[in-house]
Amino acid sequence: MENVVCTFCGSVCDDGVFEDGDVRKLCALGKSKFSKKERIKAPMIDGKEVSYEEAIEKAAEILVEAKRPLLYGWASTVNEAIRLGVLIAEKVGGIYDQCASVCHAPGTLALIEEGVPGGTLGSVKNRADVVIFWGANPVEAHPRHPTRYSVMAKGLLIKDRKNRKVVVIDVRETKTAKLADIFVQIKPGYDYAIISALRAIVKGEKIEADEVGGVPVEKLYELAELMMNAKYGVIFYGLGVTQSRGRDRNVENAIKLVQQLNRKTRWVIWPMRGHYNVVGAGEVPAWEVGYQFAIDFSRGYPRFSPAEFTAVEALVRRDCDAALIIASDPAAHFPRKAVEHLKKIPVIQIDPHPNLTTLLSNVVIPSAIAGLEAEGSVYRMDGIVLRVKKLVETEYWSDVQILEKMYEEVVKKVG
Amino acid sequence: MPIEVEIITGRTIDQGKTVEEKLTEEYFKAVSYCELNEEDFRSLGLKEGDRVKIKTEFGEVVVFAKVGSVPKGVVFIPIGPYANQITSDDTDGTGMPLFKGVKGVVERTEENVKSIKEILGVE
Amino acid sequence: MLWIKNGIVIDPKNGIEGEKMDIFVKEGKIVEESEVKKEECKVIDASNKLVVAGGVEMHSHIAGSKINTGRSMRPEEMRVVRNVAGKFRAVVGRVLLTAPGIGYEYAKMGYTTAVEAASPPIGSPHTHEELDAIPILDKAALPVFGNWHFVFKFVSEKDQEKLQAFIAWAIERTKGYGVKIVNPGGVEKWMYGSNVRTLDDEVPIYGVTPREIITEVVKANEALNLPHCVHIHCNNLGVPGNYETTIETMKLVSGMKNENRPVLHVTHVQFNAYAGSSWRDVSSGAEEIAKYVNKADNITIDMGQPIFGHATAMTGDAPFQFTLHKLIGARWSNKDTEIEGGAGIVPIVYLPKNPVHALQWAIGLELGLLIDSDKVVISTDWPNGGPFTEYPYIMAMLMSKRMREKELERVSPYVQKASSLPAIDTEKTLYEVIKMSRSLPAKILGMENKGHLGVGADADIAIYNINPNEVDPSAEYDLVNKAFRKPAYTIKDGEIVVKDGELVAETWGRTFWVDATKKVSMEAIEADLDEYFQNYYTVERINFGVDERWVKKPARLEVS
Ligand code: SF4
Ligand SMILES: [Zn+2]
Repeated sequence: MENVVCTFCGSVCDDGVFEDGDVRKLCALGKSKFSKKERIKAPMIDGKEVSYEEAIEKAAEILVEAKRPLLYGWASTVNEAIRLGVLIAEKVGGIYDQCASVCHAPGTLALIEEGVPGGTLGSVKNRADVVIFWGANPVEAHPRHPTRYSVMAKGLLIKDRKNRKVVVIDVRETKTAKLADIFVQIKPGYDYAIISALRAIVKGEKIEADEVGGVPVEKLYELAELMMNAKYGVIFYGLGVTQSRGRDRNVENAIKLVQQLNRKTRWVIWPMRGHYNVVGAGEVPAWEVGYQFAIDFSRGYPRFSPAEFTAVEALVRRDCDAALIIASDPAAHFPRKAVEHLKKIPVIQIDPHPNLTTLLSNVVIPSAIAGLEAEGSVYRMDGIVLRVKKLVETEYWSDVQILEKMYEEVVKKVG
Repeated sequence: MPIEVEIITGRTIDQGKTVEEKLTEEYFKAVSYCELNEEDFRSLGLKEGDRVKIKTEFGEVVVFAKVGSVPKGVVFIPIGPYANQITSDDTDGTGMPLFKGVKGVVERTEENVKSIKEILGVE
Repeated sequence: MLWIKNGIVIDPKNGIEGEKMDIFVKEGKIVEESEVKKEECKVIDASNKLVVAGGVEMHSHIAGSKINTGRSMRPEEMRVVRNVAGKFRAVVGRVLLTAPGIGYEYAKMGYTTAVEAASPPIGSPHTHEELDAIPILDKAALPVFGNWHFVFKFVSEKDQEKLQAFIAWAIERTKGYGVKIVNPGGVEKWMYGSNVRTLDDEVPIYGVTPREIITEVVKANEALNLPHCVHIHCNNLGVPGNYETTIETMKLVSGMKNENRPVLHVTHVQFNAYAGSSWRDVSSGAEEIAKYVNKADNITIDMGQPIFGHATAMTGDAPFQFTLHKLIGARWSNKDTEIEGGAGIVPIVYLPKNPVHALQWAIGLELGLLIDSDKVVISTDWPNGGPFTEYPYIMAMLMSKRMREKELERVSPYVQKASSLPAIDTEKTLYEVIKMSRSLPAKILGMENKGHLGVGADADIAIYNINPNEVDPSAEYDLVNKAFRKPAYTIKDGEIVVKDGELVAETWGRTFWVDATKKVSMEAIEADLDEYFQNYYTVERINFGVDERWVKKPARLEVS
């Protein structure tokens, strides 16, 4: 099978070749996705193997009985499953939140403040003569992004790597920095200040300092010059910007910089979204209920509040009394205090693979791997939709099957 | 002597490759270490394979220590259960914990690196 | 089976102008009386009520990346609660709405069909996912062609055969319904930081001009004989003086003729009907445009009526959106899309006392009044001009000079000198506004079973609490305005979905798409498709587009 879509990172490469259980053309991360791994063997309730129907019925019971269940994860499954998740959350009066709340949700907050001047990866490949990675390390997190879309990609106006300047701005000299023409090392937590300095320079103001955030001012002038002289530039920002001091304000400031640059030339800015369908995990609830994440339905209609209804907040404040975790592993990725609460409440897990959350879960429902054993639509980091394919048969139920049944059970119970 | 540092977390390729195999030795290896600047590494009197204890106002954790390409005063830990012991749970109203840039101290330790299950408190 | 008894029917397509008659419905269609067993029919007493076809929305942004980014960008829009979850979905939204809300609100106004007016081709799977989340309505989407590099290439090569094959290919792949063009050439120039200013500005690399793009694409559309004509958002949108560009654009198709429909539909013309040279001396160009459209026999338009209050500008006209952002200093989203074009989003608000906004409001109405009712369709270009839920207001305004006079009192006096609205005496009739919201849009779209109540039509019916033979819309404009907001019944495919203005059932409509692939030879463009996908796209050609089986209820229309 050719033109196989990779369901690992937000690059969602769609040129894999799948043969005899092996996949070619994809990177090491993509290959690992398609390789054989330990699976959750069967549905389980409190460690005892049960049928899918029993596990799902129990899950529905937990969700319906809870005052405010948290339904979290969603970044590594298909849109059809996400939609059902949103409908279930609405039905049971729970909270819908997704992985973005601990990755790129600050970018969404910045979108709310300023909008996002962006473009698809194809625009970058075809046109970008300056590419900046800010707090992003695609070589390790999105390994084929540089070749397919950004650093080495060739297109309409960019015929050669030499036609493009690549800049990496980071607190450490990452592997991506080694691909760059210019590496700018900054002090942790100084992103905001540096962006402000660049904005000032672009505006024509003078910087009254020798250095900003560990970067000599001359270097900032050079960088600003490069940006203003670009024909079509792009800032790809990563978790280095969204997870460090300033968070959403860093992104907002960068967007303002890009707004300014567009008064002189063309620039776009875009987040390096992590999981292959974390974009879908925001888009689907946006059209179904109006918001991307941190959505509470306890009043029968959606309310959006990151300060209350994100998974970490709901857990740390003990504001949820049950959890459904799908395609994600909060036990491995949430701060200690959030995990503490997760250990205390009933947890339902839907996932192909055992992970740390499995160890805390009361109901475990194994699922088919999307893109290998189940199909559906997913959104690449730039919002481009791709259809992931079913390549092999499986006994496992897909997320969609599981959630369809769960929705049915929930409707039966709440009407 | 403990030194003061700023802690950043992030993805690595090994962490990524093993992210769906979290109950394996490979995943344990991929997430239970930290990277220090060479100077810091030496000033703590560390050698390859040694352990350090990192403490922040949110908790503490013991991990293996390695030299990495980080600036002086910065410690890098791959995202995962070890990093989470010491990252901030204060989201400042955004829902996003401060995964990068928490202040803390690092010192050499003889204590063992806990297993993932021990960290999680399920064993 | 339904028996709609004693209603007063207005059905312009069939020349029925307020006759008392019965309508019969079987299996989702309107049928002859002899087709039904009366004793098995559910009877709806429509005495003294207006019975018309379900409304047809031909230009609205109901699905896809633009509207959805708009929602994400504007949580303040989503905080208005319209429905609490229960029998039906929770719905939130002020002017922007969630997908379920779009279906519910159109149905609650008596509308039963809606077309997404600008779908980025590579984004078509997203558009269809959202269309599939809209209950009740029948739907369709128009992919955008005017800045797509394939089009530039085939136009520059003057190769009609390839252009036609490409259009057929693209509509099939995107499960689209027709050809939309947005600021042809201008969006490509935006990729270099500028825009086109005249129909003769050249597009970089390809050297083609808006004039050539429009002419060739219309020719191709006619050769393919697609159900819908080319649907254009003109160059220079939002620029004072642009009414001339609009007329020049219309002139490009002079001499071309189609028996069943126009050959060019010019959309949201209000935004393209400005005279003057700057925002300081801007005035209405509506009269000139109306003169041209009334004279031409192959052009239709829709109004793009602004409604005072909140709105969100979202168009495929990316350079315009940037200009708007600079002009009003509001938030701005932009999306440059592969080699297909782009889009932008900017929140706006129309204030009655703001001279420019008041003028825009007046121009929309001038167009609606001055243009013959078989050539102008009611639209707000939702959410660009504001909520579609205000169509009853627009209808009432078109029918009542008194209502307009009252409204004029509260808007900026600037309209008195800059537009002809205060001097217009025309009052459209109920028959005419029904035409402008039903049979005319259906005709322009080439949807034969929509917009009328003849035998064979889809049983999409709206019943309102007014008797057209008794009401005087000129005087009783409040009554009319209220009645159109609260249908006694909305019937979709023969099922009652709204009763007394309240939703009573949630059904799922179809998605129409057009298949013209049998009319062309795909061979002609194979090599070009391969070349462009390989070099300029970031997805494999085979992974581009939408398969029919992914769509919830597809309805294929084959063109022969
Ligand atoms: S870059 Fe990402 S999507 Fe592409 S092959 Fe690697 S893991 Fe898969
Ligand atoms: Zn429009």
